[in-house]
Amino acid sequence: MSSDPRHQVLIDALGAELTPVRRLPAPWLRTLGWLLVVAAIAAALLMHYGPAPMLRRWAGAPDLAWAAAGAVLTTVCAAWAAFALGVPGRSRAWAWLPLPGALLWIGASGFGCLRTWLAPGTSIANVHQSTDCLVFIVSFAIPLSALMIWLLRRACPLRPVLTAILVGLASAAASASLLEICHAYDAAATDLLTHALALGIVIGANAAMGGRLLSRH
Amino acid sequence: MSLLTSDTGCVLYDGIAPPLDRRVHVSAENASDDASPERRRAAWMAAAQAGDRIAYERVLAGSVVLIRNVARNRGVPMDALDDVVQETLLTVHRVRHTYDPARSYDAWLAAIAGRRAIDMLRSHGRRQRRETHDEFALDQLAGRDDASAASERAQEASRLRAAIAGLPPGQREAVEQMGLKERSLAEAAAETGRNTGALKVNLHRALKALRGRLHGDS
Repeated sequence: MSSDPRHQVLIDALGAELTPVRRLPAPWLRTLGWLLVVAAIAAALLMHYGPAPMLRRWAGAPDLAWAAAGAVLTTVCAAWAAFALGVPGRSRAWAWLPLPGALLWIGASGFGCLRTWLAPGTSIANVHQSTDCLVFIVSFAIPLSALMIWLLRRACPLRPVLTAILVGLASAAASASLLEICHAYDAAATDLLTHALALGIVIGANAAMGGRLLSRH
Repeated sequence: MSLLTSDTGCVLYDGIAPPLDRRVHVSAENASDDASPERRRAAWMAAAQAGDRIAYERVLAGSVVLIRNVARNRGVPMDALDDVVQETLLTVHRVRHTYDPARSYDAWLAAIAGRRAIDMLRSHGRRQRRETHDEFALDQLAGRDDASAASERAQEASRLRAAIAGLPPGQREAVEQMGLKERSLAEAAAETGRNTGALKVNLHRALKALRGRLHGDS
């Protein structure tokens, strides 16, 4: 029994309100659920565009394939880290999990800008075409972020802004991975800058809005 | 890893990775002699998730000292420690489904208590910044009958009335009875037919919600 009568009154009241609860599934399981949605979108895009153009680009310029692998790895790790940070008591170090994938993604994309040959079936995107990429990434990142925030609201993210930043990173990386299926442009400074801008917009919006939505606990 | 069995029949794992031969069976009801206090709390919380009220009240009562220690270590003043305890107990109640019996209960609780302690310190800091401690401030204040002051008071009262009206019925009732009509807990309980514990929880939640609406405190 608690020594303080004030606490005992509250404990009695909370005990009277007690109902059985369904435990929150493990973070990896919740990550898998979110990734299944991303995979379903990827399957729909692959059915529409077909895998051949993407594979031809990767064969001609392997750095594009490495960048795509980095984006996918960042998606998985950032989503897992966000769901892990949604559970009280998990270490803040989870936030570093997406770092290796992000470094691979940025590094390979940067290397692509230094190449002197063009990947087959591509061109260098002009500013107008780069805007299409930005719109694609932001458009897909919004519903993916909303879904993850909705899933996280059942958890208890005690570091809401950090968790929201990871939500933004996971959603933007997932959108960039999806873009790879129908991306007809080679890596170039304009393309890289567009992707960086889209990533910044998605992460910034999540930090500002997602942080508030997740801070109700 | 210790294997814990709640009295509701759940089989639970506690601890992270101790050897298999160190597994012990501890029921939530009798988790006393063999188990460490932390394992007992973990078993009780797991049983509470299944709806065991006795285990729940035990784990909450056993958590008070831990919460106070966490809050003290975070620098919460002595006179605010019990507020952190209350806020943490309410949060534990709200998010009890997030506890994973395969992990440490104490670490889970300490994370929540630490967060509530930080919230308390921030709220304390904001309040101190809003308050004026200048001894001449009183002399410089506008007169009580000043028209603008009266208008401001009327606006504040109107905001407060609107905020109270927007509360859920149980919370609104608690504020009306104990805040506005200044009735004691026992009188309010007699008037409303609710038990004193429920009234107190409702008042606590209502005040928190009003603070949030009027001052933007979380």
